[in-house]
Amino acid sequence: MIKLRILLALLRKEIKLMRRNRLIPRVIIVMPLMVMLVIPLVANLDVKNVNVAVVDNDHSQLSRRMIADISASEILNVISVGDSHSEAMLEIEDGNADVILTIPPDYSVDMIARTAQVDVEANGVNVTKGMLGARYVSESVLGTLAGISAQSGQKIKTDDISIIYRFNPTLNFRNYMIPALMVILLIIIGGFLPALNLVNEKETGTIEAMNVTPVSRLVFVLSKLIPFWIVGIMVVTVGMLVGWLVYGLVPQGCIGAIYLAAILFSLVMSGIGISIANSSSTMLQSIFVMFAFIIVFQLMSGLFTPISYMPVWVQYITYMIPPRYFIEIMRSVYLKGTSIAELWQQYLTLASFATVMLFVAAATYKKQS
Amino acid sequence: MNSIEKVISVKNLTKKFGSFTAVDHITFDVMKGEIFGFLGANGAGKTTAMRMLCGLSYPTSGEGSVAGCDITSQAETIKRRIGYMSQKFSLYGDLTVMENIRLFSTIYGMSDKDIKTVSARLFKELEMEEMKNALVRDIPVGWKQKLAFATATIHNPQVVFLDEPTGGVDPVTRRRFWELIYKAAADGMTVFVTTHYLDEAEYCNRVSIMVDGKISALDNPAALKKKYNVSTMDEVFRIVAKNAQRGE
Repeated sequence: MIKLRILLALLRKEIKLMRRNRLIPRVIIVMPLMVMLVIPLVANLDVKNVNVAVVDNDHSQLSRRMIADISASEILNVISVGDSHSEAMLEIEDGNADVILTIPPDYSVDMIARTAQVDVEANGVNVTKGMLGARYVSESVLGTLAGISAQSGQKIKTDDISIIYRFNPTLNFRNYMIPALMVILLIIIGGFLPALNLVNEKETGTIEAMNVTPVSRLVFVLSKLIPFWIVGIMVVTVGMLVGWLVYGLVPQGCIGAIYLAAILFSLVMSGIGISIANSSSTMLQSIFVMFAFIIVFQLMSGLFTPISYMPVWVQYITYMIPPRYFIEIMRSVYLKGTSIAELWQQYLTLASFATVMLFVAAATYKKQS
Repeated sequence: MNSIEKVISVKNLTKKFGSFTAVDHITFDVMKGEIFGFLGANGAGKTTAMRMLCGLSYPTSGEGSVAGCDITSQAETIKRRIGYMSQKFSLYGDLTVMENIRLFSTIYGMSDKDIKTVSARLFKELEMEEMKNALVRDIPVGWKQKLAFATATIHNPQVVFLDEPTGGVDPVTRRRFWELIYKAAADGMTVFVTTHYLDEAEYCNRVSIMVDGKISALDNPAALKKKYNVSTMDEVFRIVAKNAQRGE
């Protein structure tokens, strides 16, 4: 009972200090706004304006139609049509072309037997553009073949490349990005603010005034963690509002599921932040260590690279990375409308991380040195 | 001396930081209701010794008890029974005077009713009534020190530790601050105060002078002056601290 009263008094103090701070309330609102408004526009992985150099050795009606279809695409531009592959390679080397399409001699004659093959080569320097560009070109070629096949009634063997059709050219990268950005925001705001808050108390000496009182370590640490639930909820709310008002993306699933995950994840991040602050004596130290965590969290949690693409041993490590579960929840709830019940494993794991971090933070907080 | 009256009892208390011995086997007792002055040059180990007594720092060796509790094993219990005012002002600058008082008195387990009556009395005594809703960072240094003293004693502790409580203020304000200390001692509170103002040493019931981590002299001011055959504490200090290695 007394502990609860003390906790409430400490929480009142934290919230007053947070509100009276000149910077923090603005960071909590402005940072999510900026990130949500700007990053989806600049960090856009949708590939447009793929330049194609065509090497046409066939000079047939079919090859001309292929070229016309590629030109007609909104994404692909034909920048040159020639006979020489080496000339096309020069275009790639000069950076003018991203993809080379080579149509072999007598391709139209061979079409039914299909002994000759169309060649698609991509510039791998810009990996994303090269890969997607090559797919778009293949797709366009297959489209041309399918069109001809439908007109003439001839059956053309295209099964071996049919998998490419599964690629969804309308895939909107933003839908994938927006939940991920909210995760990044919570990693940064939820991790840094509590760490800086606690180190600030060390630097100004107010922590000494606390350490000489009988306040229990767990209560004190809780008073540092709980305010960041509120911060987490605010950040996610700003994120969802921008997602809806600016990008027209609303969560398919229950909003409560998103808030629950955000609260649990904020608790994990602020627990990490407090634990780091406990062992740092200056802001710089804590910022430096926090950065190390943030880089690992961003790159290994599946935010940018799907975990299934990582080497198997790395995939095992990702189970230890809390944002992994938060990202899974956010994407599933946001894009697929998955329910809490279906994601119980992820929620349970986040809750366990939160509990562990709470105790690590309390255990590493020393009132006596 | 009756052992029941000892509020602080320290035997061979030592604190080492690596190879540096900040506090070197100090032994002393402080009686109930006493104003005990802890003198020494900068770096003599006063603050380190005090932090061990307040449960902020573990002793390397030696033993001690404060308010009936062992300083190593019962530090958290000690914290309920003592008040501490650190050398560096350490209340929350972005909270008001009243908010700081309410926060700390709640932590010490006081009820809302008690907080109300005690703080009303305090504000009156300290003549701070019109300041109670001001942010602490905006009030003058002298008032900050009075407030820090009030916060350290609001829960009526058995001992209050004051670490250079009057640093950087004018003589009039210092004099007023000592009136507060006298009043607390008259109410039965034991006061343990470090200082390097030698005139303040005259106000203490007993004084210990620390030199290079050791206690070099300990007695009441009159006896010390007599022992060294001088007329002021300033001269006593000069003689005792003459051979100090550390300090400025």
